[in-house]
Amino acid sequence: MLKIDNLHAEIDGKTILNGLTLEVPAGEVHAIMGPNGAGKSTLAYVLGGRPGYEVTQGSVEFNGQNLLDLEPHERAAAGLFLGFQYPVEIPGVSNLQFLREALNSQRKARGEEPLTGGEFLKLAKEKSALLKLDPEMLKRHVNVGFSGGEKKRAEMVQMGILDPQFAVLDETDSGLDIDALRVVGEGINAIMRDPAKGVLLITHYQRLLEVVKPDKVSILSKGRIVRTGGPELAVELENEGYDAVMAPETANA
Amino acid sequence: MPEAAELPTRREEAWRYSAVERLQGEALDDWREIDIAAGETTRETLVIADGENTRPTELHRWRVTVGEGATCELFAVLASAEYVRLEVEVTLHKGAHFELGGITVGGRETVREFVTRTVHVAPEATSNQTVRSVHWGHGTGNFLGNIDVVRDAQKTDAAQDFKGLLLEKGASVNAVPQLEIFADDVKCAHGASVGQMDENARFYMAARGLSPDLARRLLVQAFLGDALVALDDDDAREAMMQVALDKVDKAL
Repeated sequence: MLKIDNLHAEIDGKTILNGLTLEVPAGEVHAIMGPNGAGKSTLAYVLGGRPGYEVTQGSVEFNGQNLLDLEPHERAAAGLFLGFQYPVEIPGVSNLQFLREALNSQRKARGEEPLTGGEFLKLAKEKSALLKLDPEMLKRHVNVGFSGGEKKRAEMVQMGILDPQFAVLDETDSGLDIDALRVVGEGINAIMRDPAKGVLLITHYQRLLEVVKPDKVSILSKGRIVRTGGPELAVELENEGYDAVMAPETANA
Repeated sequence: MPEAAELPTRREEAWRYSAVERLQGEALDDWREIDIAAGETTRETLVIADGENTRPTELHRWRVTVGEGATCELFAVLASAEYVRLEVEVTLHKGAHFELGGITVGGRETVREFVTRTVHVAPEATSNQTVRSVHWGHGTGNFLGNIDVVRDAQKTDAAQDFKGLLLEKGASVNAVPQLEIFADDVKCAHGASVGQMDENARFYMAARGLSPDLARRLLVQAFLGDALVALDDDDAREAMMQVALDKVDKAL
């Protein structure tokens, strides 16, 4: 479903991703862990197409399409969702207006009929209930005045409404308390656990993985995947730390 | 006296950022008088759209007297292709209120401006002025706001708020708040800022599937919205917003 091959990317001339290769087939939740500065967020932004992140080598294939050829909004319409580590505040634009425009833009790009106001409202209410987000908050401006936890929940409500085929979630667990973590984790399961969908879950901590239960865990270090294993790898990392777990790999590299 | 002698120059504060060279032949003494009786509320709207009916120079000068406890609401969208100026002199009597919501929008090498002089001549009057400007090309948007509070106009509450959004290099805005306060128990707030499109917001919107054009439209709409918040007529507000947004869509 998502196939990253030998990806090199830089920001302002500084190489961040350095030969990253990774494949996530449909039906799989793949967690990416790694120390600060390893390139985790850069990977998310490169996949999303953020301006300023330049791919110098390698390829990314999404459902057989060259993802890097697409504009950011075209990637969204193709079914890619990027969950932000720091969701952006947009004063003056309500969540409902924003999400309805977003969903209908995607539907239009895919040749589908737009949802009516009523249909959309029903969908938005259903998804906010799933994430235990007060539906009144959807009337407020996008992320303005939201707490850190509310922003992340709203992010998952957006994912629920847009119903992507593939989600790249960049530290969706940061800033969440234990209860919110569970709600968000269960939300990810409810929305994205599907044989036809895939998730790339970028995280620092094992805790979210206890709820979401990844099929695979990879360690990203210095811009490349240095080790891939099953869920037990995350437990090993939690117990022993990055340095100890990565030591044999970096010695060989 | 020959007309040329009366033409203003940029040396005058109120014309400093104007396109004064465009004024030749304009009837500068042509002031529209608006008197609002005590307790009454009057709303005036002015929309100068970019269309065939727009004159090469649009100069609108209004002199408004707002009686005791009366309210004057002005909402204006200046979106013409050429020079346009709305100049308002407001005199506020006891407990009166003046509300201005203004939008300037446009490109080319021309000026669209609001120039206000608000005189609080009696106690307890309030005024609130909100101007939003969106420009590109070599377009300029101005808000020159003068507030005078005379000695016995205690409990005056006056506010001016200006924000400029520059969509392209070469566009500019000028904000000049001027306060002359002779009373000692008053509130006079003023704020001005200028910036460009929020790139983080644009990418965030793109990542949710909004095309660059639609993202820009939503952001511009949100930015301009502040100027029309106080207009409690939904249809009128939407129609005015549409004129401004159409102008942006047509140009960019």
